[in-house]
Amino acid sequence: MTSQLRRLASGGDIDRSKIIRYEFNGTRYQGYEGDTLASALIANGVSLTARSFKYHRPRGIMGAGSEEPASFVELLDDDASSSQPITTVLLREGLRAKSVSGWPSLKYDLLSINQLITRCIPAGFYYKTFKWPNWHFFEPSIRRIAGLANAPKQAPTKGQYESRNWFCDVLIIGAGPAGLTSALTAARSGARTILVDDGTNPGGGLLNRTDKVNDKNTSDWITSITDELDSLSNVLRLQESIAWAYREQNLVVVTERQPAAELLLQRTWRIRARQVILACGAIERTLVFANNDRPGVMLASAVQAYVNRYAVLPGKRAVIFTNNDSAYPVAVDMIAAGIEIASIIDSRTGPSNAMRELAGDIEILTNHIVASTLGRQRVRAVVVQSNETGNPRSIPCDLLCVSGGWNPTIHLFSQSRSTLRYNDDLAAFIPHEAVQACECVGAAAGEFELGQILADGIKVGARAASDCGFKRVETSVPSTASSAPYSIEPLWQVNSSETSANAFVDIQNDVTLNDVHLAIREGFGAIEHVKRYTTGGMGIDQGKTGGINIVGAVANRSNVALRDIGTTTYRSPFAPIEFGAIAGGRENSALLPYRHTPMTQWNKDFGATMYESGARWRRPGYYAKNGETFQETVNREALATRTNLAVYDGSPLGKFDICGPDATKLIDILYTNLFSNLKVGTGRYGMMLTEDGRILDDGVTVKLGENHYLMSTSTANAEVVHRHIQHFLQIERPKWNVWITPITTQWSNATVCGPNAREFLSRVESDIDFSADEFPFMAMREGTIEGIEARVFRVSFTGELSFEINVQSRFALKLWERLFELGEPLGLTPIGSEANHVLRVEKGFLSLGHEVDGTADPYDLGMSWIMSKKKVDYIGKRAVEIRRSVESPRRELVGLLTDDPSRLVTEGAPLTPSGRLEASEGFVTASVWSVASSRSVALALLTNGRSRIGQTAHIRLKGEIVPATITQPCFYDADSLRMKN
Amino acid sequence: MQNYSVFSLARNALSNHQNWRQAWRSPPLKKHYDVLIIGAGGHGLATAYYLAKNHGIQNVAVLEKGWLGGGNIARNTVTIRSNYMRDESIPFYVKSLELYEKLSQELNYNLMYSKRGMIDVVQTYPKLRELKRRMLAMHLHGSTYEPIGVSELRRRISPLTGGDLESRLPIIGGMVHTDAAVCRHDAVAWGYARGADDRGVEIHQNTGVQKLLRGSDGSITGVVTDRGKITANKVALSVSGHTTTVAETIGLRLPLRTFNLTAFVSEPLKPLIDVIVNCPDLGVYLSQSDKGELVIGGAPDSGQSFRRDIKQNVFEESVRSMLELFPSFKRVKLLRQWGGALDIAHDATPIISKTDIPGLFVSAGWWGGFKAIPAGGLTLAHLIANNEQHPLSEPFSLKRFDHLDFVLEPATTAH
Ligand SMILES: Cc1cc2nc3c(=O)[nH]c(=O)nc-3n(C[C@H](O)[C@H](O)[C@H](O)COP(=O)(O)OP(=O)(O)OC[C@H]3O[C@@H](n4cnc5c(N)ncnc54)[C@H](O)[C@@H]3O)c2cc1C
Repeated sequence: MTSQLRRLASGGDIDRSKIIRYEFNGTRYQGYEGDTLASALIANGVSLTARSFKYHRPRGIMGAGSEEPASFVELLDDDASSSQPITTVLLREGLRAKSVSGWPSLKYDLLSINQLITRCIPAGFYYKTFKWPNWHFFEPSIRRIAGLANAPKQAPTKGQYESRNWFCDVLIIGAGPAGLTSALTAARSGARTILVDDGTNPGGGLLNRTDKVNDKNTSDWITSITDELDSLSNVLRLQESIAWAYREQNLVVVTERQPAAELLLQRTWRIRARQVILACGAIERTLVFANNDRPGVMLASAVQAYVNRYAVLPGKRAVIFTNNDSAYPVAVDMIAAGIEIASIIDSRTGPSNAMRELAGDIEILTNHIVASTLGRQRVRAVVVQSNETGNPRSIPCDLLCVSGGWNPTIHLFSQSRSTLRYNDDLAAFIPHEAVQACECVGAAAGEFELGQILADGIKVGARAASDCGFKRVETSVPSTASSAPYSIEPLWQVNSSETSANAFVDIQNDVTLNDVHLAIREGFGAIEHVKRYTTGGMGIDQGKTGGINIVGAVANRSNVALRDIGTTTYRSPFAPIEFGAIAGGRENSALLPYRHTPMTQWNKDFGATMYESGARWRRPGYYAKNGETFQETVNREALATRTNLAVYDGSPLGKFDICGPDATKLIDILYTNLFSNLKVGTGRYGMMLTEDGRILDDGVTVKLGENHYLMSTSTANAEVVHRHIQHFLQIERPKWNVWITPITTQWSNATVCGPNAREFLSRVESDIDFSADEFPFMAMREGTIEGIEARVFRVSFTGELSFEINVQSRFALKLWERLFELGEPLGLTPIGSEANHVLRVEKGFLSLGHEVDGTADPYDLGMSWIMSKKKVDYIGKRAVEIRRSVESPRRELVGLLTDDPSRLVTEGAPLTPSGRLEASEGFVTASVWSVASSRSVALALLTNGRSRIGQTAHIRLKGEIVPATITQPCFYDADSLRMKN
Repeated sequence: MQNYSVFSLARNALSNHQNWRQAWRSPPLKKHYDVLIIGAGGHGLATAYYLAKNHGIQNVAVLEKGWLGGGNIARNTVTIRSNYMRDESIPFYVKSLELYEKLSQELNYNLMYSKRGMIDVVQTYPKLRELKRRMLAMHLHGSTYEPIGVSELRRRISPLTGGDLESRLPIIGGMVHTDAAVCRHDAVAWGYARGADDRGVEIHQNTGVQKLLRGSDGSITGVVTDRGKITANKVALSVSGHTTTVAETIGLRLPLRTFNLTAFVSEPLKPLIDVIVNCPDLGVYLSQSDKGELVIGGAPDSGQSFRRDIKQNVFEESVRSMLELFPSFKRVKLLRQWGGALDIAHDATPIISKTDIPGLFVSAGWWGGFKAIPAGGLTLAHLIANNEQHPLSEPFSLKRFDHLDFVLEPATTAH
């Protein structure tokens, strides 16, 4: 175990009293609490932390936060994760991590051989080759070397995710100086304020710096603000939380990585804010020169974070390469930490005097560039070149700090659909016009001077609060030492004799300057084309540090201004987010809550096989008794219904209570058949069409009173019908006075059916007269059954005498159990949906999803009678008339009897002319074993079917043609005497 | 056309790839063309290619408001399949797959066509019944679909550990569609663009069409673009998602509505799943790209809109649905999410057709239309050139709406 030789003796936000042991690529190390994996590895002098994606070049740590482009790790054990930037993994005891690439080891990576053939595999090379014999032939070997981490093998074993909806007046993203002052100002005015910050601690960029605010150390000043915020009840602070999506109507999605609740893995907040303040800072960009990816090349801001915040030394002797002022204060901090600075290479003709002063006696080479780095698995020296003379010179060093300037973090702003514009002074894209209630402030708005940032934060915070109607409360601007204004001269790429084959514009995806040039040469010059052709900017870091260099390279090459090129689209998420956190706590039955009837437990106890039957209802399919096969069970249940007495749980049937002065008009226009002459206390079977003349639903509607109806729909379609009616009422007849109450779950029913149903019900205690004369077919009676108030309908879907007993759901089980007590001696049999299916097919009754698959209309189904000739209009009337105005062959409902009576064909099987393999002329809509006919029977839709009754049709299966005789679509009690009697 | 091969790649490596030519030219815009195609998406570019190749019509310009291939073709989840249900649809898609399979060779451009097959994970009996019906219908037209058992299904998709018997929607079976494939979406646009360009077609990017123009006899005469007026004898509209807005400029109303749907990818992972997995009962599907990303698609947003994005709750439902079946993906991370706007006819079937305006053709209603690009281009080119339908696209004519003879394809999904 190595000790932390690169750790400073004092300073930093780490707790030296808490030693943490961890493992990286199989080697054990130590770090301190407060470290990230990156800082803890730097403390131990580890510099080779990754291999690149395509060429397997050695890579190290380049950043200090989520912008990290080079080093990714996979966590092991119970932390198992996919790829994580090494810079965002917080150190914890026992952590085990491994780099995602490099086999057999980072040091000896076999695929580094790819570096030798770099020339042969430029951007888009695979579009040009691997065509023979075909891509799929090469695919497996290519896939094996692609990809980063392995997917975790299992879900987290402990804990869960959760999500919350939240509302606020002012939402601030980013707790740097701008965010803190905005939040404080907004909060003081009384606005409900939320401050979200991605870091482990609040402070943002201030954390890495040594400035003073209000004469306090930055950390004390930060604490003074957060203490005040935390004392206010209208403030919510979410630390270690990343805002990753900005959607319509100011909805910002935030995921909290370490919520303070036991066993809670992560929490996602959907925050709807009246005003959003984006104070998410800026991200430093790299510079593009040969071998700019070697371990030891690091962003200047990252170096600053490592020395100041983590008290570790990423190198001993450094060169700084910059095109802007921001690297100079870093040099000061580095020297203070004991790093020797060999030279500052500034590509500009001259930095400001202020910067020269800051640099003191450090050598500054102005108008110089770094042409390349030397070394193998770590920078050994840099090759420096004067822009004037072009003379190269090598400077030994083990660390190269680069600063290509700063990009405001405009990702969320852009996601909100707001526009960006290019700013020449900053050489960056900055926020332009907001299209939602949002404003950027601080570095995110392109302001880099601390004093100004603090002042702007207060202004913007106050504005946001007052836009929400809160009175402004004075907040004074904290004082801070004034600093020189930031200045930069863009340097999108270094012009040098060194080859641009190894000058990376996207470190993570191994995209070089050459690749960009090739893309342009081949016509892929539009910025989105460059991105897609080279894959530049499409990595896990989404090009946070290098993306704009691609735009710059295109601008240089094609001689177009950056403003005219623009950026590629910023997409959510801002940084990768675990799917578990997006899903939140809802899973399994909470994801698709299923519906069940009061009889569900009884059904299960009775041995029912339950399954989904549409509209999320779980229903009994069949109740197998000991040893019975599926078919035996269904036969037994169907037979019991035909010959004796059965009951089924019909509760899921869709039910609507419809009343109001215009209720009758509504019913009449919804159904194709006439309802206005219906008498109170009776029901009628009706059919509904869509506006374009397709069958929407069928079912019985009962008239409960004048302008008061109870409509039933098929189970699966209840919601669809409801939407249909609402749409019609709200859009087409907004003035109609009708109330629709969905009461599907308020009422449950037990449907008693079979030839002995009447006989059985007459034994039940009830004030209802069940006799044929008093209770005719299609009538409704109200009364009590076994002391329970009930509505009984004499309707039938089985073709047998049938009474549907509806009671309020809370009494349903009681009724059901009572019926069984009484009925068992008589052989009362519970039946499931499978037997129901058999019974309705025998009768030729329709079923949605079977006969009604969208194409058939009532005429096709032999139901011309249901299309009212009396009514002036009903929904779908005109459409059906238009369709029927031309003669064309139609598929009509028929029965089929296979020549072999024992042959049961698959439902859905096509019918083709003579069974040939060609376009079908129909299909089998349903096929069952008929207990009534003791043979198989089927229903089918067949072209001109009705005129072909008696002829033979051919069912075409995969390896077989099954001939069948075409019949009427009813196999049982054609006159329906049994159900009507 | 400059030939692409492993040899030309090696030869060019020697000259540092300085000698590769433009994949397509940027010629000056002319005042008149025989045929104008609006929209350089998959369908527009393929149509141009087949017009030139099969019908010798080369005085063609494709007008694109943005960059070529930047519409839905750049946003889709690249599922290519022919498991449809209606006789009107299946042969068309079977043909499209047949063309796709040979397309890399034909275009001399590697589309990375990977015929890896698709497995449907079935969780309800009604769905199983529907898929079996499709299986037999597909068999009539030479497409393949086979049932497989649950254990085989789990063996072939090892991370599929959800959906056990105790779960909300237990897996009850599966279907394998061996013909299904994925390929690189951008390459399809680029390959067709390069092929069309090589045959004389002009592609004009950043040339949005603002208005269609008709002459005194009512027929089409040309278009007004961001870069001025262009006349043409024939104009074809292939602007997926935006069809109604462009057609309206000439008073043409089409039976289409626009909806949004989303796709998203995970970060790149080591090889995990080598088939396309489709879960019709939960409305989510996924495959793993060659780069290792899981490419995931979900159900569309039910609200009509041109926004090219979906609501957060719709997105979350898709994620949850995926996690139901793949619980180990909870710790996998979302890398990118985006959306697209597509138009759909109310019989869920495409439109490849003449219109009431002589000389104006339309290809629209492409819901899951990436797979249809080769056959869509082939048949639209045929229609433009001959003024009469190709037999394969006959059922997709607008004529069907005259008498509301809908095709009603239930197998039309986002992918
Ligand atoms: C998230 C998602 C997932 C999908 N998944 C699949 C899948 O797995 N399988 C599948 O088969 N299909 C899928 N699709 C559908 C498929 O992408 C589309 O059906 C298909 O790309 C549409 O055809 P296209 O390529 O011609 O359209 P597009 O690429 O959209 O082309 C239309 C072009 O027209 C241009 N345009 C628009 N208006 C104008 C104008 N006024 N002037 C000039 N140009 C204009 C647009 O800029 C665009 O480039 C998916 C779609 C989405 C959104």
